[in-house]
Amino acid sequence: MINQYPLWKYLLLLVVVVLGSLYSLPNIYGEDPSVQISHRTSAVDKETQSKIEVALSVKDLKAMSYTIEQGRLLVRFKSEDEQLKATDIIKSTLSRDHIIALNLAPATPAWLTALGAQPMYLGLDLRGGVHFLMEVDMEAAIARQIDDLTAETRSFLRGEKIRYLGITQATNAMSIKFRNADDRSAALDAMKKEFEGLRYEENDKDGVFLVSQLTEKAIRDEEKAALQQNITTLRNRVNELGVAEPVIQQQGTNRIVVQLPGVQDTARAKEILGATATLEFRLTEGSYSDWVTAQNTGRAPLGSRLYHERNGDPVLLKRRVIVTGDQINDAASTIDQQSGSPAVSIRLDGKGAKKMGDTTRDHIGDPMAVVFIENKVDTKVVDGQTIKTRRTIEEVINIATIRGAFSKNFQITGLDSTEARDLALLLRAGALRAPVEIIEERTVGPSLGQDNIDRGFYSVMLGFIAVLIFMLFYYKVFGIVANLALTFNLILIFAILSMLQATLTLPGIAGIVLTVGMAVDANVLIFERIREEIRNGNSPQASIHAGYAKALSTITDANITTLLAAIVLFSFGTGPIKGFAITLSIGIITSMFTAILGTRAIVNLIYGRRNINKVSI
Amino acid sequence: MQLFTKKLAIDFMRQRKLSLAISIFLVIVSVLSLSTKGLNLGIDFTGGYLIEVGYKDSADLKSIRAHLKDNDYADAQVQHFGTSKDVLVRLAPRAESNQAALSDNIFKVLKQQSSDVTMRRVEFVGPQIGEELREQGGMAMLIALFGILIYVSFRFQLKSALGAIFALIHDVIITLGVFSLIQMSFDLSVLAAILAVIGYSLNDTVVVLDRIRESFRTIRKKTPGEIINISINSTLSRTVITSLTTLLVLMALFYFGGEVIHGFAFALIVGVLIGTYSSIFIASSTLMLMNVNKQDFLESVKEDKELDELP
Repeated sequence: MINQYPLWKYLLLLVVVVLGSLYSLPNIYGEDPSVQISHRTSAVDKETQSKIEVALSVKDLKAMSYTIEQGRLLVRFKSEDEQLKATDIIKSTLSRDHIIALNLAPATPAWLTALGAQPMYLGLDLRGGVHFLMEVDMEAAIARQIDDLTAETRSFLRGEKIRYLGITQATNAMSIKFRNADDRSAALDAMKKEFEGLRYEENDKDGVFLVSQLTEKAIRDEEKAALQQNITTLRNRVNELGVAEPVIQQQGTNRIVVQLPGVQDTARAKEILGATATLEFRLTEGSYSDWVTAQNTGRAPLGSRLYHERNGDPVLLKRRVIVTGDQINDAASTIDQQSGSPAVSIRLDGKGAKKMGDTTRDHIGDPMAVVFIENKVDTKVVDGQTIKTRRTIEEVINIATIRGAFSKNFQITGLDSTEARDLALLLRAGALRAPVEIIEERTVGPSLGQDNIDRGFYSVMLGFIAVLIFMLFYYKVFGIVANLALTFNLILIFAILSMLQATLTLPGIAGIVLTVGMAVDANVLIFERIREEIRNGNSPQASIHAGYAKALSTITDANITTLLAAIVLFSFGTGPIKGFAITLSIGIITSMFTAILGTRAIVNLIYGRRNINKVSI
Repeated sequence: MQLFTKKLAIDFMRQRKLSLAISIFLVIVSVLSLSTKGLNLGIDFTGGYLIEVGYKDSADLKSIRAHLKDNDYADAQVQHFGTSKDVLVRLAPRAESNQAALSDNIFKVLKQQSSDVTMRRVEFVGPQIGEELREQGGMAMLIALFGILIYVSFRFQLKSALGAIFALIHDVIITLGVFSLIQMSFDLSVLAAILAVIGYSLNDTVVVLDRIRESFRTIRKKTPGEIINISINSTLSRTVITSLTTLLVLMALFYFGGEVIHGFAFALIVGVLIGTYSSIFIASSTLMLMNVNKQDFLESVKEDKELDELP
């Protein structure tokens, strides 16, 4: 008998239908407005939950549910209004070590979640948010490495009692000048033991030099380290901004993708992410008259450097740094009790606290300066070439007399309130190892995101219904069969997108729409073949059989070529193109399954196993 | 219901000269337009800024332009986007210390003028990214074409593969030509659409080629021209119906999918129309030009024989 399927094929179809429906199901439940609470260092526990419950009940607010997952507490609310009110209450209840972020949590029923079913992951163009592509300035990272190396070499040679005349820096090397060759060979021997990742070269042109160059490997390691530390720092900063479900990923060797769903204040996000601000504490050198002299002559006394205050006044500071921003453990913006001006309270780590303690004890009555350091990059396009110039802004924001010894905790003033707030955030999150620059931005506002969803959904539905009607009229019973397959194809696409948690974007929806149009192609091919066979005078059963058999190789060829194009799109495309390629590829594969296997099964059920002399096609 | 109830016997091969003439004309016009006018490349490829804002009521472009000019953004292009309440501001990349902050500044400036303005979309593409995307885009197109050439020549034979590739290049050039002629903005999503057109048009061509191969093997005592004609006729209703259903959904996308994917849907509509035409006329004409015959479609027995004869 032809036109019959073995039982296992029906069972396979049944399993796919059930699984497909199950895993696409979470998409029909909406989302609950919710607040996500996590702790900077530890996991959030039940205690925090009950604290929030009490605080909310005082204000007559009730949350829909509380769930603790992966150390994070998720509190769901009925409306966005309640969510916003609750956020304010929670913020004032919990310590500032908690990170509080607004979120939209999927309202998937528990039994589906238990099966691992989740709704599709919507891209930023659908839910609104910011996408940044940042480039890490690797040249600056290497320059900094050379800076550090120079300083280390200086103190190392001094410690080893090897005399040298001076050190000059180049792009990825430094050159040490010696009085004679003996000193040089002594230094070379000692340095070989002490430093790693350096290649040495002796140079006797215009003096006795030892050139120490970073090896290729050292440069690569430094670049890798810079990228990793920057990713960590950016993640900390994003957490400080209170963003739920951020994406921070490496792209290539020197780029970082940052995606912040739901963030609207892009200006602030850009400032915070790209900021390089940090602090240094130094003692002053000499008196005011020395500072003015240094300003006029442009020459600073040995062991000191000329800085400027914000109002332009000159200050001489000692070259030796007491504490740098790296040694700050925690910072918060506050108001200074005495002056009432904005301040940043600072807590140092152990090493920093000890140094600060020693210095302040020895220098009671001396003035100490706080230096605010910021790196800026100017980009200019000259004759189509992008030229970057870096400059470091170093401002003395405050000079105060040390009244008594202090070490771990203290506060500084001299900034306005926004600066104090941002600086505190940046000090908490840690410094960037190398400056970053935003080289691509795609921001979608919330209204447009919702618009895109609505329009996308509307056009999918409209196109879908148009095709359904057409197929019904054109192929009658077989049209209904094709329509069933098409409907199921759509469900399968949603199920697979949900399972893979691939990002659905607007071009992705376009890909789905296109698959709807093209998915019927396989059926059209088969049905036209069947009609042809019938016209040629074959029996209905034989025609059905021959139609499917003859169309198969054509369908495979046609779909594989389209798949080929989709794969090229995926591997070469970025962002929007990738989204389109994903849904197109999934659509092609599922449509092969539903249009060939699916329709055949139904056709066999209808026409198989019996004698017919006419088919409705 | 059937579109073509009778057994079709349109003599496509007799129209060959005419369709070739039309195609050559269209390709020449497209190439001319591409080389003189070029494509209106979007910021994805040139680098620059695109800021879409929404107003409560319909916005007056003149006053917005004037206001931007007063605030040192004289080079900003301002236009409506979709509705009169939505406004699109475009700017070329600038020499500025903080490139990424410019879009925020523009929004601030617009907000000064009218406080009810809302930010809908910002796109900033740095010049280096634009260049990369341009290179990647061209590369993707070439690789797609090359991969397809290999696959089709592997599945069919060289003459068919050349016919398919010829049809594809024809489709791509004309679709690009249309974008150049009407100067519609060409961005990443349009490029994606063009690549999808390659996939779609090939799909169409392969179906026809497949039938031509089958006919050459099964039909005897007919000239190649007649065999090709029969093949095109018997796949014609499928070609037309699939294009029709695809066009149906593309129309839905074009009219209701929103302004952002307008270009994408438009490119696909043009591509599907041209692709349908080329799979009927161009691929087969190319085969005729290359003097295709039965030998070309025989299973590759000949090669095996040669191999056997090797010492």
